Amino acid sequence: MKTGARLLVDGLQREGVETIFGYPGGAVLPVYDELYDAPLRHVLVRHEQAAAHAADGYARASGKTGVCLATSGPGACNLVTGIATAYMDSVPLVAVTGQVPTTMLGNDAFQESDITGITFPITKHNYLVKDAAEIGQVVRDAFYIAGTGRQGPVLIDLPKDVMTAQVDPVPEVQEARLRGYQPTYEGHPRQVERAVALIQEAERPLLYIGGGVVASGAAAEVLALAELTAIPVASTLMGLGAVPCDHPLSLGMIGMHGTEAANFAVTECDLLIAVGVRFDDRVTGRVEAFAPQAAVVHIDIDPAEIGKNKPVDVPIVGDARLVLAAITAKLARQERGNGWLSRVRRWQEENAPAPAAGLDPAGVIRQMNALLDDEAIIVSEVGQNQMWAAQHYCFRRPRTWLTSGGLGTMGYGFPASIGAQFACPDRTVALVAGDGSFQMNIQELGTVVEYKVPVKVVILNNLYLGMVRQWQELFYDRRYSYTELSPVDFVGIARAYGVEGRRVEDPDEVGPGLEECFGTEGAFVLDVRIEREANVFPMVPAGAAINEMIGRRG
Amino acid sequence: MRPHTLHVLVENRAGVLSRVSGLFSRRGFNIESLAVGTCEEPGMSRMTIVVLGDDARIEQVKKQLNKLIDVIKVSDITEQSTVARELALIKVAAEPGEGRAEVMQVASIFRAQIIDVSPKSIILQVAGDSEKIDALERLLRQYGIKEFVRTGKIALMRGMKGGR
Ligand SMILES: Cc1ncc(C[n+]2csc(CCOP(=O)(O)OP(=O)(O)O)c2C)c(N)n1
Repeated sequence: MKTGARLLVDGLQREGVETIFGYPGGAVLPVYDELYDAPLRHVLVRHEQAAAHAADGYARASGKTGVCLATSGPGACNLVTGIATAYMDSVPLVAVTGQVPTTMLGNDAFQESDITGITFPITKHNYLVKDAAEIGQVVRDAFYIAGTGRQGPVLIDLPKDVMTAQVDPVPEVQEARLRGYQPTYEGHPRQVERAVALIQEAERPLLYIGGGVVASGAAAEVLALAELTAIPVASTLMGLGAVPCDHPLSLGMIGMHGTEAANFAVTECDLLIAVGVRFDDRVTGRVEAFAPQAAVVHIDIDPAEIGKNKPVDVPIVGDARLVLAAITAKLARQERGNGWLSRVRRWQEENAPAPAAGLDPAGVIRQMNALLDDEAIIVSEVGQNQMWAAQHYCFRRPRTWLTSGGLGTMGYGFPASIGAQFACPDRTVALVAGDGSFQMNIQELGTVVEYKVPVKVVILNNLYLGMVRQWQELFYDRRYSYTELSPVDFVGIARAYGVEGRRVEDPDEVGPGLEECFGTEGAFVLDVRIEREANVFPMVPAGAAINEMIGRRG
Repeated sequence: MRPHTLHVLVENRAGVLSRVSGLFSRRGFNIESLAVGTCEEPGMSRMTIVVLGDDARIEQVKKQLNKLIDVIKVSDITEQSTVARELALIKVAAEPGEGRAEVMQVASIFRAQIIDVSPKSIILQVAGDSEKIDALERLLRQYGIKEFVRTGKIALMRGMKGGR
């Protein structure tokens, strides 16, 4: 005989969960009571949104499914932004929420919210469990759904009486078998053949890789294909790190703030091999002008992504790793004597944007890069800080770059870096933040202190909501409507929580500041006062063609 | 842009209808009609959904439906040879006398049945394809339609599939 709450904890353990992030409340007390002496680590965050982001950061850094827990009503609703963030970036997450007793469901009871209804559009699937005997199987199915196919968040809502109900006998948990859910992993052989033929014939091929490559663990396969057939590689924001940034075939990031090399190459390529990407508008710009001359091969585990935004010549539904391996196995080494690579190389060398006057944020990122090893995990907030980190940090391994790409969630980075540090306690975890974003979940300094999480926070502080200000500067005639932020003593706040900090206002102080930050044993907040109106360039204005970049030097 | 008829086989579980209809509204797909009920497989229901769109859009509808965990199978039966029916109940203003006689005449042409009569109105029941019901509605409008409900289209492919 076991209670529903106990079955939940048993289920989590059966799935190999070691750490969960949560926040208690009346409707989850039975679960918290079980957690009191369960062999599971529960991390008490300071806001439920942070629990979801921390579980997300944990998942992105480790490749495992992250778990968060909240109470009903306000607790559950506070998870929503975190769940949506994970949904947009296909991060495996299981969110467990408490719910009012089944007898009160639908009565607008105290702290009731229809969280399954609220999260329909932002979860891969969700459950409102009304029978405690089902909990074991629901947990199994939820982890299976979250962690397979195109990964994503799954929510389990547990009414309080279901948590306390006694189950006897305890039903055995079966392997997940869902008749409506059977992801395809192997690419269709005929489509693989067609892709191989296109690669052999192409004169100007380009690999366009994204988060799906990281999720499927296909980094080695991408590199193998690129090297064998001399194909340059452009990466989305989410795909950074899959191919080392300093690899000769790496063109860096593609899209709105992508490199000249990547954006010009996609405009001129005659074959686009898109892997684990979704042709997001921040990447394509005006979609008709994206790869206008190219035959398109699209490899994705989610059939709904193929042809959604861009017509595709060769659709291959499957796991990126398996499909790329199948393609590469059929190819011989290929040289490209037609000057495509040298042309690409010229783009790589030309047209670096001019550094900002004063304290240049790009320089801060480059110095960080010089200080840290390849294993360091860089997390970002959202805005200019995110783009500077993406552009100027050299990522060499998958899962070393965690950022909110799809939803662009300010406040994501700090809790996500805490989650990443729990997943990888021996590695350096550094957050690149803006002063605006950091203030969205700054209360997690409390969590950092309580659990001695040694994350390093580098604030690129421009006293603005910088990215919005940049748009106002460029597209709204410098009318800075509500984007200026008053100065904050971040070092003072950090100290008040018990975290060390330092402020840097002088370019010469950046090096020593970073050294102190990364040399200090515990957490550290480095507040770097950067050039206030530094901009992120190059930039493709929204709706323009991908090669219509502004802010190029030459 | 033309109407497509989809058969969607779903798990017979709470919330499935709102998952499906929510998907349509959220992604800006327009449902023309949706009819749902249990079907030959225990534990499953079949939805007949009519949706308007070009081929690419319909393809996306089908793929998004397929992504729902509770959706077991999606088939586009637009091009298939099908029998399709809809049922409508129409309450028409018809006082005893000439007007009522005319309404009853129209009804008999359309093979509609009169299933209720009251001093000021009668209720007709009509089954058939959607165009027939549209046509009847148009004709009856001049007499005054007080209330009108239709079930939405249901359809089956003709013949025996898979030998069954
Ligand atoms: C939760 C949320 N609210 C609003 C936005 C819109 N937004 C995008 S970037 C940005 C400014 C970010 O400012 P800051 O964190 O200071 O970073 P900076 O751009 O200055 O580096 C805003 C407000 C967002 N992405 N997320």
